[in-house]
Amino acid sequence: MNDMTVMDKTVETQNIKIAAKDVNVYYGDSHAIKDVNVEIEDNTVTAFIGPSGCGKSTFLRCLNRMNDTIDICRVKGDILLDGEDIYDKRVDPVQLRAKVGMVFQKPNPFPKSIYDNVAYGPRIHGLAKNKAELDEIVEKSLRRGAIWDEVKDRLDAPGTGLSGGQQQRLCIARAVATEPEVLLMDEPCSALDPIATAQVEELIDELRSQYSVVIVTHSMQQAARVSQKTAFFHLGNLVEFGPTGQIFTNPEDPRTESYITGRIG
Amino acid sequence: MPTFWLVALLLALSAAGYYGGRRRAIATAAGNVKDLHSLPSYYGYHVALAAFVPAIGALAIWLLAQPMFIETRVSGMIPAEAIPESSSIGLVMSDVRRVAEGLDLAVEQGLLTAREARNAIAGEQDLRALMGEVGVALGSKVRPEVLEAAQAYRNLSHTGRNAMTAVVALLALGGFAFAYARTHKDFRARNVVERAVLALLILAASLAILTTVGIVLSMLFETKNFFGLHSWTDFFFGSTWAPNFRGGSELSILPLLWGTLYISFIALLVAVPVGLFAAIYLSEYASGAVRAFAKPLLEILAGIPTIVYGLFALLTVGPALADLFGKGGLLGVEWMAGATSVLTAGLVMGIMLIPFVSSLSDDIINAVPQAMRDGSLGLGATKSETVRQVVMPAALPGIVGAVLLAASRAIGETMIVVMGAGAIAKFSANPLESMTTITTRIVSQLTGDTDFASPETLVAFALGLTLFVLTLGLNVLALYIVRKYREQYE
Repeated sequence: MNDMTVMDKTVETQNIKIAAKDVNVYYGDSHAIKDVNVEIEDNTVTAFIGPSGCGKSTFLRCLNRMNDTIDICRVKGDILLDGEDIYDKRVDPVQLRAKVGMVFQKPNPFPKSIYDNVAYGPRIHGLAKNKAELDEIVEKSLRRGAIWDEVKDRLDAPGTGLSGGQQQRLCIARAVATEPEVLLMDEPCSALDPIATAQVEELIDELRSQYSVVIVTHSMQQAARVSQKTAFFHLGNLVEFGPTGQIFTNPEDPRTESYITGRIG
Repeated sequence: MPTFWLVALLLALSAAGYYGGRRRAIATAAGNVKDLHSLPSYYGYHVALAAFVPAIGALAIWLLAQPMFIETRVSGMIPAEAIPESSSIGLVMSDVRRVAEGLDLAVEQGLLTAREARNAIAGEQDLRALMGEVGVALGSKVRPEVLEAAQAYRNLSHTGRNAMTAVVALLALGGFAFAYARTHKDFRARNVVERAVLALLILAASLAILTTVGIVLSMLFETKNFFGLHSWTDFFFGSTWAPNFRGGSELSILPLLWGTLYISFIALLVAVPVGLFAAIYLSEYASGAVRAFAKPLLEILAGIPTIVYGLFALLTVGPALADLFGKGGLLGVEWMAGATSVLTAGLVMGIMLIPFVSSLSDDIINAVPQAMRDGSLGLGATKSETVRQVVMPAALPGIVGAVLLAASRAIGETMIVVMGAGAIAKFSANPLESMTTITTRIVSQLTGDTDFASPETLVAFALGLTLFVLTLGLNVLALYIVRKYREQYE
């Protein structure tokens, strides 16, 4: 716990990377997200917090149109990435997802070698001209995923054979290998032990220099530790959004305060 | 007492045991059900089982053992010179059984009194005519030795039946009384009943295994007989299949094996791509509504009896192929002599296997965790890239298992090849020629008049055993691969 240092965090204003306007999401008849407006900045870690079922993961999955894979899900409103509506008919979700990478709650390495796991994205997007370039991308990504030293001698070993924390860092390396502009992380540490969590958190902080990172988390300490901006969701509403220090020490909305202090959850 | 009534009595007794045991248990607890160790019905089941199970077991064993016992006793009575030439002890014994049966029927229908039947003397009455009246046909006049043996047969079976009724009744009553006496509020009836259920389950499981063992053993013995009559080198390494019931046959499995494998190969060539693509469409692309409609429709194919596929091969596919490749056909080539060919059987068998492959593959593809697909889609892969590069490799071992299972079905398939493949055993690479398979030859060697002492008939068992070993090997391999695959996600 280092809540006390939260206030000291510098919050510089950055360019707006993603802007969501009046976003509503429906699963069949249930109204999962209600009129959410949020602006996500570049080179910033934005945390989504809130009790289970509040819609934070659903909203996160709207940002790279992963909800398209769910038949009954409907998204209304505008989500702009660099000023372009990602739900516009002309936008190919496949290209969008190459720009907006995602790391999932459970580590999900493919049943392939470590090398092939990382090379998967660059290969399908044709990012490497030859084997040497691909090798370079893989090494760079694994280094950025802070797992290079652990796996450099066994790149041919299956990715599924790694430990949980290593698998998650491999998945992060896999996500950054496609050179995304935004990295979405859906509770990336919920399946990890404290040591692995600390490694991943350190990594998130480093990734901020190149990407805009959005992280959904159940752990308020984690949100406080890694993020500069925090959004609090409750029952499908975005209750409060602001600098992390302010949300955690001086929330405006009584619901936010109740959640932070543990009275609702 | 007829067996039917005996069983009915047992059932009635155990029903009474259920209510008796239940009531006694409640009575010992002075009406307070909470004081009982088990629920009242368990006490009821306990008494009912104790009355029923040992008695019905004894009944079953007795019914199996008594005929064998009597047979040996009575056949010992028949002197060797009483067996006519060109006959055997077995035939005489069947006469004995029929006479005994006929006498019993005559008594039942009132043509003879019990005493008359017991004292019937061969020759004095026309027993053969009498037997004819009650519907038992005899081939010749009843000889004194046979009549004597038949009387002994009747005596023994009457005594046996009476003894059986007594033993079964005693066991039932004893079981009832013992269980009833044990029924008390502290008695652990539930544990006893649970053990009985366990025993039932084990019995069911071992029955299936024992049957398999029995089948294998019976084939093994007949195969041994076959190899006693025919050289095994010809069977395994010969090159000609030419059975001849006058003797001197050449019975080699190789031409048949070639036909079997060739037809199976063509069948898989049809079934695997079509089935696999259908499975991919159904599990990855089809919407819920299409899937709910198409999947059962595809599986209906699996419910069509193979003889119907055989008709399809014979009447539709075969003639169509002949129109194409045969004399005066559309292609103007003369490659096909008749409607039956390897291709005919292979195509139709492939169609039969499509639902088999697609349904198994569909299950396996669905078992690939959604997280894998999400991971790939989240990296900006398209759906087909995801299927090709992530889902398929993950499902591949399972799909290989499914294909091997389909192959073992293809190898064992009979009706389609009987009707579609022809009957000529030969080595040929031309798929438009007719060929024959192991299963077809088994059918033809065993149907019609057969003599179970000739190698031409016994070869069927050797063929069957080889087939069994072949498909068993494929199944074991398939299960091994599927199991190995399963471990990946646990």
